[in-house]
Amino acid sequence: MTEADSLPTTSPAASGDVVVDVRDVHYGVEQRAIFSGLNLQVRRGRITAVMGPSGTGKTTLLRLITGQIHASRGQVIVLGRDVAHSGSAEIYALRKRMGMLFQNGALLTDLSVFENVAFPVREHTDLPEPLIRRLVLTKLQSVGLRGAAELMPSELSGGMARRVSLARAIVMDPEILIYDEPFVGLDPISLGVILRLIKQMNEALGITSVVVSHDVHELSTIAHDSYLLSGGSVVASGSPQELARSDSGVVHQFMTGAADGPVKFHYPAADYAQQLLVTEDP
Amino acid sequence: MSQAGRDGFLLQGIRRMGAVVLFLFRLSRQCVPALARPRLIVLQVYNAGARSLIIIMLSGLFVGMVLGLQGFDLLQRFGSEEALGTAAALGLLKELGPVVTALLFAGRAGTALTSEIGLMRATDQLTAMEVMAVDPLRYVAAPRFLGGVIAMPLLAAVFSLIGLFGAQLIGVQLMGVDKGAFWSQMQGSVELRDVNEGIVKSFVFGITCSLIAVHEGYNAEPTAAGVGLATTRTVVASSVLTLLLDYVLTAEFL
Repeated sequence: MTEADSLPTTSPAASGDVVVDVRDVHYGVEQRAIFSGLNLQVRRGRITAVMGPSGTGKTTLLRLITGQIHASRGQVIVLGRDVAHSGSAEIYALRKRMGMLFQNGALLTDLSVFENVAFPVREHTDLPEPLIRRLVLTKLQSVGLRGAAELMPSELSGGMARRVSLARAIVMDPEILIYDEPFVGLDPISLGVILRLIKQMNEALGITSVVVSHDVHELSTIAHDSYLLSGGSVVASGSPQELARSDSGVVHQFMTGAADGPVKFHYPAADYAQQLLVTEDP
Repeated sequence: MSQAGRDGFLLQGIRRMGAVVLFLFRLSRQCVPALARPRLIVLQVYNAGARSLIIIMLSGLFVGMVLGLQGFDLLQRFGSEEALGTAAALGLLKELGPVVTALLFAGRAGTALTSEIGLMRATDQLTAMEVMAVDPLRYVAAPRFLGGVIAMPLLAAVFSLIGLFGAQLIGVQLMGVDKGAFWSQMQGSVELRDVNEGIVKSFVFGITCSLIAVHEGYNAEPTAAGVGLATTRTVVASSVLTLLLDYVLTAEFL
């Protein structure tokens, strides 16, 4: 278990196995600071979990990594390239080396399952149709949905949509696979399937994975490294087991799901008794 | 309204106009690569054009019939009912065809475009495309914009044609205007520049309505209320701008 103040000070990027290096990132929206000095590294071939309570900027971090938004200070280096100082053509080139699984699948609703998975291939390559067909069917087979190839997204369950989205994310053989809240709203069977697939993608294809979620128990079974975000920076990092053994207040509250602790149950408000005694409308 | 309120309203208006113009520049740059995929554009011409045909034809028929009635009533006071053909043709080709089609287009195809793109934004489909290194402006916005620009003049032409049929139906078949006079006067008086005026107007209205619809959808707040608001804005802005531009273009042509 490593507390934020004792995070490694030497840049692991120099070692060459860091594929995403977030260095002292500051980012805010309309005066509200989301990140203030965020440091985080994702190493090649590993599953890195990014956890944290709702509203800590987990999805914002993914948007920073994919270059949809830029940090106001600090650097986000992905596959050796500084995202903030790259032009749109460079960012697009970088994105071709990444895949992303969206929380709701984000499938294109006017295309069938097959066409959704084929979409990036058709857009970025001139492969002949028989090859595209074989490629798409292979990826659909790996997520167990080859039989659903002709269905439309509206005919899929939440878990199936996410699996199709995963097939689409891996169809271009990305180096990094990013999962945004992959377990939200799934039944236990679908959840187990997604967990197994994330592990399988990492082990079989060697894809570096970044999983953003607040499902501690699910993540602890698959993640190699994990980071806990709170208050705009990393409050703890290490293996999930190390985090579970932590005696830090925030980490303990998050890992055990305690309602009150350093993260307060009550939203800041005026004194309760006084407010009840006031007769006029607040 | 206070001075500050007026200034705020004015500034907001200018900012929005600037945003639309900037969006047009970005969109125009993506229209050329979008032309390389005619299939997507044809699909949008079908969605915006062919699917609006029934409402356009019905409206054209009724507008033409009203024109036939009103025109006959007006012209018979001067004993020149034979000029009904000319009056209906000029009214339809130069004004009613492009304007009413644009208003109907904004209500039927414009709202569909805005809500479709807005929902794509709300369900992360546009973001997913960006992350897959596919520019949604090129794949989603440009084909829809081009589809609208192509469909609008065609719809206006259909509207005018059906309108003329409606005017003839009432004027000739019901009111008894001489059929030969109706068509020959029209043929003799309507010039090419009258037809051109209608074509230019419908083309300009097509650009305006499609641009507003695509812009509002693309920049809609990704919530149910945001998409609803964007759809309303599309109808209001398209309708007002169509009428305003109609005046400007008419003044230019006369």
